Parts: sequence; structure tokens; C-alpha cells
Amino acid sequence: MKKLITALLSVGLLLTGVAQAELDNPGGIGGVESLRGASELEATRAADDFKKFPRDQVLDSEYVYQPPLVPHTIRSYEVSLNANKCLACHSWKNAKEMGATKISVTHYVNREDAVLADVSPRRYFCLQCHVPQAEAKPLVENEFKPVDSLR
Amino acid sequence: MKLLKAFWKRLAAPSKAAVGVVLFMGFAGGLLFWGAFNTGMEATNSEEFCSGCHAPIVQEIQETIHYSNRSGVRAICSDCHVPHEWTDKIVRKVQASKELFAYFVLDTIGTEEKFKERRAHLAEREWARFKNNDSLECRNCHQFDFMDFSEQSPRSAKQHSTALASGEKTCVDCHKGIAHKLPDMHGVEGWQ
Repeated sequence: MKKLITALLSVGLLLTGVAQAELDNPGGIGGVESLRGASELEATRAADDFKKFPRDQVLDSEYVYQPPLVPHTIRSYEVSLNANKCLACHSWKNAKEMGATKISVTHYVNREDAVLADVSPRRYFCLQCHVPQAEAKPLVENEFKPVDSLR
Repeated sequence: MKLLKAFWKRLAAPSKAAVGVVLFMGFAGGLLFWGAFNTGMEATNSEEFCSGCHAPIVQEIQETIHYSNRSGVRAICSDCHVPHEWTDKIVRKVQASKELFAYFVLDTIGTEEKFKERRAHLAEREWARFKNNDSLECRNCHQFDFMDFSEQSPRSAKQHSTALASGEKTCVDCHKGIAHKLPDMHGVEGWQ
């Protein structure tokens, strides 16, 4: 008898627990808001507009050793195993004629610190470090200030 | 044999039909032939026809400005790869028959690997063609006389007003791979 009561009670407790959990969980994002605004998981929010890349802009460095940003649009500039459109202007061979900035001498050094005659393979994919900047406001406040020497 | 002889006799002897009827028949036949010929030519200029063999290349253009842009003006394969002038067009179409042989008999670009290997060769041929006709197919739309240098970036204005204006360079010398992915560019002038 005692055993039966305990069994019944535990089953009852389990059921109320499940019911309780169901009531507590309203589903969706549970009222949590992301930086991009509230949107239910079940709903597909309309995509934001694309950010525009200015055709030409001046972008200063913010910290020492920062890879310089790309100050122009790079739409359909191919950087692949076959071709590197960046180097068509910025390589040491072409920079003078094109009036472009030369890539830094650090790009000619391989990981063993040996100086090579051409761009080091580890520096070939420009867009790993150098990126164009869109006109986009930061999502979180940022109090970063460049060092005195760069101000 | 008897049939052939009869046919020849028919061709050799003057027709019993009135001159007007014969003339009309010739006129109508000519019209039909010309219409069919031109429709055929148009058909071989369509994007669907090109993709029949060149599907992967036709796909590549979709990321580029010649496919999708703010104003919705676009170029299809034949706008750049087939001359617009009638005689030049016929010449190019006849040349293309050799390419058909390469595709169907020699199977030069049948697989992705074969195509990749062949890509540089195909591109070089097309660059040479553009160089020879002073980038005519570019200039069919992009007319130099109507370029507004003040609307261009300083660097492009400088190059267009000097090297391009003097005829020293032509469009394709700098603008390669504008609608396709590039082949291996090592050793190509003006590249890395």
C-alpha cells in the first residue's frame, strides 16, 4: 500500500513538473533581445539593407601595425590561386606605374624570416587582413581611442 | 537514274509557267530562306544555346556587373563574343565550327579538369581577338567619345585620357576577366 502511494505521488509530481515547465516556457526567444532587435525564432525577419561601400574614401590607421584598410570598392576583384587583382596595382612591380601604394616589405618575408624575391605565400590573400569599410554604425558603443602618435 | 534525268530536264528546259509566277516563287523562296537563316543565326546567339556546352562559364557572369547592376542593362554572351556586323558575324560563326569539332570530337573541355587546363588557352584566344579588333565588342556599348572623365576616378581618368585615347592600349589590355573568372595570370602583362 505504502509503495503504491509513493509510486502514484511520484508520477503525479512528474506530471505537474512537466506541466509547470510547459507553462514557464513561452517558446520562441523568451523575450531575449539581440543587438539586431527582437525577432522570434519562428519568424524570418526581413534582411537589413546592404551597407554601401563608398567608391573612394580616406581611412586612417587606428593603431600601430594595423593592416591599412582598403579605401576603394573592390567589387569583382579576383583574388584566387589563378589571379590577384590587388597585386595588379599594389605589387612593387606595378605600383609606380599605377600610382598605387606599394605593399609593405613585410609581405616579402616568409615564416622562417627569410626575405623572398616575390610576395610570400602567407601574404598572398590580401583580404585576410585588408578589408574595405562600409558606412556602418557600430552595434555596441566603443570607446577605443588611438594612441597619441596616431591622433 | 531516270528520275535524275527527268529532274535535270526540268531544270534545263524553260518553265511553262508565266514569268510573274516564276518570279513570285523565287521571291517567296528567297524570303523564306533568308528568314530561316537569320532565325537560325539568332538562335545560335542566345544564352540558352551557349549554355548548351559552356554552362559553367555562363554561370560565372552572374556575379558580375554585366549581369546584375543598378540600371538593369545587361550583356549576354553574344554581345561580347560575337561581332555585331553581319560579315564579321558570319566569319566568326564559320571559325566556331572548328570549336564545335574540338568540343564534340576531341572533347577538349568535357570535364571540369579538362576545362581548367584549357581555360588559359581559351582566354588567350579571346584576348587576342579583342586586341586585334580594338575591343570592338566593348565599344559597341562603351563609346570612348562619350566618356565623361570627370565622372571617373582620377586614376581611371588619367589612363583613359592618355593610353586609351592615343590608341596605345585597348580596353582588354587592362579589363580582363570582367565577366569571367581568370585563368592562371602569372606571366600575363600587367598582372602580378
